Amino acid sequence: MNQARTLFEKLWNAHVVTPESADRPAILYIDLHLLHEVTSPQAFARLRANGIPLRRTDRTVATLDHSTPTLPATADGKRPYINEAAKAQVAQLELNCREFGVCLHGWDSTERGIVHVIGPELGLTQPGMTVVCGDSHTSTHGAFGALAFGIGTTEVGHVMATQCLLQRKPKTLAIHLDGTLAPGVGAKDLILHIIGQIGVNGGNGHVIEYCGPLIKALSMEQRMTVCNMSIEAGARAGLIAPDDTTFRWLKNRPHAPQGAAWKKAVESWRKLKTDTGAHHDRTLYINANQIKPTVTYGTHPGTAIALDAPVPAPTNVMEQRALDYMQSCAGKPMQGTKVDMVFLGSCTNARLTDLREAAAILRGQRIADSVHMLVVPGSEAVRRAAEAEGLHQIFRASGATWRVPGCSMCIGMNGDLAACGQLVVSTSNRNFEGRQGKGVRTVLASPMTAAASAIAGTIADPRPYMEGVANLNTPAENF
Amino acid sequence: MHIQSRTAVLADENIDTDRIIPARFLTTTTRKGLGKHCFNDWRYLADGSDNPCFPLNQVEARNCTIVVTGGNFGCGSSREHAPWALLDYGIKAILCSEIADIFRNNALKNGLLAIVIDERTHRYLLNTPGISLSIDVREQVIELPNSKHIRFELEPFARHCLLEGVDQLGFLTQHIASIEAFEAYHEAEAC
Ligand code: SF4
Repeated sequence: MNQARTLFEKLWNAHVVTPESADRPAILYIDLHLLHEVTSPQAFARLRANGIPLRRTDRTVATLDHSTPTLPATADGKRPYINEAAKAQVAQLELNCREFGVCLHGWDSTERGIVHVIGPELGLTQPGMTVVCGDSHTSTHGAFGALAFGIGTTEVGHVMATQCLLQRKPKTLAIHLDGTLAPGVGAKDLILHIIGQIGVNGGNGHVIEYCGPLIKALSMEQRMTVCNMSIEAGARAGLIAPDDTTFRWLKNRPHAPQGAAWKKAVESWRKLKTDTGAHHDRTLYINANQIKPTVTYGTHPGTAIALDAPVPAPTNVMEQRALDYMQSCAGKPMQGTKVDMVFLGSCTNARLTDLREAAAILRGQRIADSVHMLVVPGSEAVRRAAEAEGLHQIFRASGATWRVPGCSMCIGMNGDLAACGQLVVSTSNRNFEGRQGKGVRTVLASPMTAAASAIAGTIADPRPYMEGVANLNTPAENF
Repeated sequence: MHIQSRTAVLADENIDTDRIIPARFLTTTTRKGLGKHCFNDWRYLADGSDNPCFPLNQVEARNCTIVVTGGNFGCGSSREHAPWALLDYGIKAILCSEIADIFRNNALKNGLLAIVIDERTHRYLLNTPGISLSIDVREQVIELPNSKHIRFELEPFARHCLLEGVDQLGFLTQHIASIEAFEAYHEAEAC
């Protein structure tokens, strides 16, 4: 029988240990389990209490990212943790990894970084895999044609003990993307626009497959930005079929197959695409030609509009309350709003091309005196590559602060926060109330918009700042 | 499994997990003690006193273990600290017409009833806070004060685990032979 199948179905079917039935979810096999310090300690504790070993240490990799300070260690080697709890949480992961035999990219690793940045970077994430992590932005790894999703800590324990999860098969939503991104418009603007269209719950219960000519034309780093924010539309995962762009990016990465195994792998990866005639539960068509630099105006990522478009009138008390929180009002565009901080970082936008895009705008410019800008590379590898091409000097010369890799202001667990009432233009993924500090107003934006806004001191369109700035996406494929 | 309580209402839509338990309280290595920070930035004023505007601080809402919420409750991060915090705070059931996937999954694994109800019932419950409900997990019905019964769907395996106290890790461990067989085949195929 030759049945047309979606990419999702191919990935799902290849990992079913026992199929689902009316009264039992499927047992799904997990190829790669990523850990970080925040969502793993209680799972390790459970294993320890029950005397259970971690079943597949060779399929498990850990990193330190959330609670880690982004200021360098002091002369005596001390890390400036925000508090004892953060320090203890990191120490606990170090101890757990030693005890259970898990590879940890800790402080002494040259590969440490945000979990969703280092997975792909090291070639751990590969097409056709199932990837999980106790972290909702695991959807990032879907950019490689892997079925990747976030899980809770109880499930982290399940994977540690059995390398499996109990799962119900989700539905699929295909988002077919046409057109091209205009200069000054990035993958971040695209995904913010999509979430603005379908809403923060538009993907609930679904895995989104992004397809169409626009997706084909995107770099891996852009694809990761898109898949990363699938969860902000409520989706279980984001997916993009692997192609030559994917294979070029992965080739020779430390954990990618080598030699003959590489050839064989690519051959089988080429089959990972939705067959013609395969059925998605829903399909959506979006043309990207009209997308402009996009920002959020409210307190969830679905409140995305072009930065020069008027803020829509609230339709209920909650929307009014969100506008009050943002100290914003209907009818006025976000452009021109005074900015206190700019954060360039996070697993959405802290890869080398993101930093290059921002640096190209900041080169030879000063950020406004009133703005404090934090640049936090996504990983040690990104930091090294950026420093090798002098990006850190561009940032520093512009007045921005160059930090040590980590999640930083994306979640603020390490103490990198803004003050109550301040407005942050942030390249991260969540503008929830309080996410960057109590009472802090977060405006999500692309690295280009973030850089332009830092210079202007107000939310600014990056396009006027882009004269002479070339397309920066191609060379990063082989960093 | 039976839960009986008056309802409290948190009418906001899209109450995300950062609001349920702000990130700065996640630097813990246990599941315990998160209740005092549940809804922290909404529930307390800057000086640490109770915010009189927070719905669950109202006298009528005290001791309510069933909370009716606005749509898309629990969106955002996968932190299981959210259901841990709600349970520790004393909440036993969340009723809503739409609950974010990962949150619902995490909640049910911890015995917090995250129950999706139909939109009409949801509207009614949002508009009539403080009514007494009784939730029967075995029968999958909610009983309203007028003896009316509302049926709800619950994933059958989650229901089974709640009722029988089945530990899902134990269940998975029973299938270790199938997992090993799958692994042998899967890994031979991959190389
Ligand atoms: S950068 Fe932000 S979204 Fe990404 S893993 Fe860290 S905290 Fe989560």
